[in-house]
Parts: sequence; C-alpha cells; structure tokens
Amino acid sequence: MSRADVLVSADWAEQNLGQPGIVFVEVDEDTSAYDKGHIAGAVKLDWKTELQDPVRRDFIDKAGFEELLSSKGIANDDTVVLYGGNNNWFAAYAYWYFKLYGHENVKLLDGGRKKWELDSRPLTEQATQRQATRYTAKDQDTSIRAFRDEVVAAIGNKNLVDVRSPDEFAGRLFAPAHLPQEASQRAGHIPTALNVPWSKAANEDGTFKSDDELRALYSDAGLDSSKETIAYCRIGERSSHTWFALHELLGEPHVKNYDGSWTEYGSLVGVPIEKS
Amino acid sequence: MCGAPTQEDTLDRTLPSNVDPATASIIQGRVVRDGEPVAAAYVRLLDATGEFTAEVVSSATGVFRFFASPGTWTVRALAPGASGSADVEAGTGFTETRVEIG
Repeated sequence: MSRADVLVSADWAEQNLGQPGIVFVEVDEDTSAYDKGHIAGAVKLDWKTELQDPVRRDFIDKAGFEELLSSKGIANDDTVVLYGGNNNWFAAYAYWYFKLYGHENVKLLDGGRKKWELDSRPLTEQATQRQATRYTAKDQDTSIRAFRDEVVAAIGNKNLVDVRSPDEFAGRLFAPAHLPQEASQRAGHIPTALNVPWSKAANEDGTFKSDDELRALYSDAGLDSSKETIAYCRIGERSSHTWFALHELLGEPHVKNYDGSWTEYGSLVGVPIEKS
Repeated sequence: MCGAPTQEDTLDRTLPSNVDPATASIIQGRVVRDGEPVAAAYVRLLDATGEFTAEVVSSATGVFRFFASPGTWTVRALAPGASGSADVEAGTGFTETRVEIG
C-alpha cells in the first residue's frame, strides 16, 4: 500500500467528480456545512446521528452499517472518497470505521473541506440522489480497534500515543480549546503515553505532511516501531487521523485506534493517570 | 461533541452554563480584511510554542471564540488568498482581539 492508494489530492478529486464507481462522502458532526455547500455529487454522513448507536455508547452494528450504506447508495465495489471539516477529523474517523467494517476501496481527500475552500474550488447546494444498493459489510476488524482493558494492559508494554493538544495531555484542559470544557471525570493522560498532537501530522491547510516528515515526527517522539501502537484522543476522531498517518501512510503494521479514548479512560475507576 | 461549534454572530458575553468566567479563559474576536468582517475563515488557536490547539470557522460576521486557559496565544486566520495572525495575552474571563488578514 502506498500514499496514492489511500490519499487523493484536491486536483485528483476535481478531475474525478461524477466518475462512475467513485462516491464522494462528506462526514461532519455538524452537517449544516454540507447543506450550505458540498462537493458536487457527494453524499453526507452525520458522524453522530448515523455512525453512533443512538442509545449505547458504541458504533452501529454490522446490520446497521449495511442498511446505512445501502440507503446512501454506496456499493461494495465503489471507491469511497471521504472528506470533511475540522481538518478531516471525522473523515479520518469514517475512513477507519469503513475499514473496521471491511470496505475495500476507501480514500481520504487530502486537506478535506479546508483545502478545497482555501483553493476556492466549486461547491454546490444541489442535493445528491443515488440509487439504493444492497451493501454487505464484514464483521468488525478488531485488529484496528482497541478496547479499555487492552489499553490498561498496554501501559509500559506498547506504544500509547496521546494525540490531544499539550494542554489536554497535561490535564490543564479537558477538551479542545474551541469547546466548552466538559467531558471525563479526571484530566490527564495514560501513564507512559507519548504526546504527539495530531496536528503535527498536518500542514496548516489540513493536508498531511510528507512520509519523511511523518516518519521523523514519530521516531523523534520516541515511538518504538518494534512494538504495537494504540492511539487515543478524547473521543477517537483525532486519533483516527493519527491512526491513518501511522497505519495507512507509513504502513506501520500493528496500530489500533482506541475510540473510547479519554472520555472513557478518564472516567474509569481505579486506573492510573498522570498529569503534566 | 468534538466538532467546531457554529460561531456566534456577535461578540456578546453569554456563556454556556458549564463555563465559569472566573476560571475559564475565553478568547474571542473578529477576522477582518480591509476593515470588513471575513466570514468562513479558518481560525486557528496556537499556544505559546506555536503548537496548534484548536480551529473554528468564523461566523457570517467574522466572529470566533475559543475556550482556553490563561497564557500567551496566537490566533491565526486563513481565507482564500489571505492570512494573518494576532498575539493574545489571555487572563481569566474574556480577552478580545481582531485578526487582520491580507
């Protein structure tokens, strides 16, 4: 696998709009961005209302994912190109989620909405209609998803990469600084975790840094490539961005995303926590 | 939630109920270009070391707001063909700034 297999440029995307077999999907938490303007032909996915179980804290199950993708008109053999706001946080999350359910051909639009807008590329308000499909998902590939017990067991044994901002890592903030501070019961980080903010993997325009820059970033931070790696953030979307950089761009073989992340870990009774 | 909340259109000082201005540090302001507010600019909050901390999209009237902690911050704004920054010294409560881009 190489960078070109998983990441497409805005130029590539613009040249491939409307191509049969390629489906653009905008993923956001707040889908009002999509409604005000989206890439022509793109369908929208709502991170919160469509990808999360409405009652339990978990993802929709396999049957739910099949139903969702069928209703969006996405077929098993389609190439799905994901993009979104927030520097592609939720698009990267959706990428990981599509991989979790075994979709073969998924790509991320480098830079997402931000790069697209900063380049003044065209957006449309016209709704996208796609014919429903009969999508078949695979069982979850838990080789890329970490759960809490595994994270506690990883302390001192595996690479734990905390991709939140330094202030969140240190326990000075509970959440990113554009949000009111709310969330877990305790602030801080998992002992032995490296702090490599997700943003260090991205340029200002939201595109990913080069493979050489990424390799230097993680090795300088002390990531031991001979060990397995678990990435986490607050709710698992920024860590999907880092999972993408490590697993998809750099080809690190054993990388998991801990989607429970700090909102779960920081509320567990009895687990060790470090501050500052 | 973790996405960027919709930014308000005015620089008012109404806060979510869980934010205490006695301890929180609220950095807010407007992005302007040639004296006019810039809507839909990408506004980035960088910490004292230049490290990215948060990003929002400015409202229709160019307004942005961050919930940070006291300290030195840089607010950087990007729009098609233009960018600019403003340094901010924030204490607790509200700190207001203007980011000129060109």
